[in-house]
Amino acid sequence: MSIQVRIPTILRTYTGGEKAVPGTGGTLAEVIDDLESRHAGLRARLVDEKGLRRFVNVYLNDEDVRFLAGLETAVKDGDNVTVLPAVAGG
Amino acid sequence: MLEIEQATYDEIVAHARRDHPDEACGVVAGPVGSDRPQRLVAMLNAARSPTFYEFDSHDLLSLYREMDDRDEEPVVIYHSHTATEAYPSRTDVSLAMEPGAHYVLVSTRSPDSVDFRSFRIVDGEVTEEEVRVVPSFLSEGRAPSRSIP
Repeated sequence: MSIQVRIPTILRTYTGGEKAVPGTGGTLAEVIDDLESRHAGLRARLVDEKGLRRFVNVYLNDEDVRFLAGLETAVKDGDNVTVLPAVAGG
Repeated sequence: MLEIEQATYDEIVAHARRDHPDEACGVVAGPVGSDRPQRLVAMLNAARSPTFYEFDSHDLLSLYREMDDRDEEPVVIYHSHTATEAYPSRTDVSLAMEPGAHYVLVSTRSPDSVDFRSFRIVDGEVTEEEVRVVPSFLSEGRAPSRSIP
C-alpha cells in the first residue's frame, strides 16, 4: 500500500508522462520528499522556502491541505493526494 | 485557431457582462484531444475582484475530477478584463498552467462592443490566434453520432 499522488498535465514532464505516481511518508512533506527522490525537480514546483506555493493546490482526498495542516498534514496508506495548479490571473 | 460555437461564445460574453465589474471566469471542456470546446462550466471567481480571478479551490477539484470522469480536458479557459483590453496581463501569463488550452479573454470595459480574443500561453510566451465562430460543430458536414436499432 502507498499513497497515490495525481499529477497535473504541466508537471508530468517530471513523472515520465504518468498521471499518477505512488509515494510514501507520514506527512505531505515526506511524501513530496519521497517523490523528489524519483522525480527530481518536482518538489521545487510544489514548495518554496515559505511552504506550499501560493498558486499550487494540493488536496488530501477531498480536502485542500491549506485547510488541514499544510505540508505537515498527516497522510496514511490508501490516501489520495491530488496536485492542481490554481486557475487564476489578473 | 480557436473554433467555437456561437452559443458558447454568447454564453461567455453574457457571463462576463453579468459579473461586471468583477472579473468572470470559467472553462469550456471538450473531449481529450478533440480541441472542441463543448461544455461550458461557469466558475465562481473566488477573488470577487475587478482585477483578479481565481477558481475556488474546492470547485477546481470537483471540475477536474468531473472532466477526468468524462474524458475531457479544459479546451478553453476564459476570464474577463473589466477595465482593460482583452490581452493577457503579466499575472495571466505567469499563472497560466495549461499549455494545451486556449486562453480566452473578454473585455467588458465598453458596454456596447465586444472584445473577444484567444491566446496560447506556453512557458511565458503569448501567441494570439484567430477565433472562428461557427453556428454549430454539427453543421460542418459531420453527422451527429447516433445508434440505429
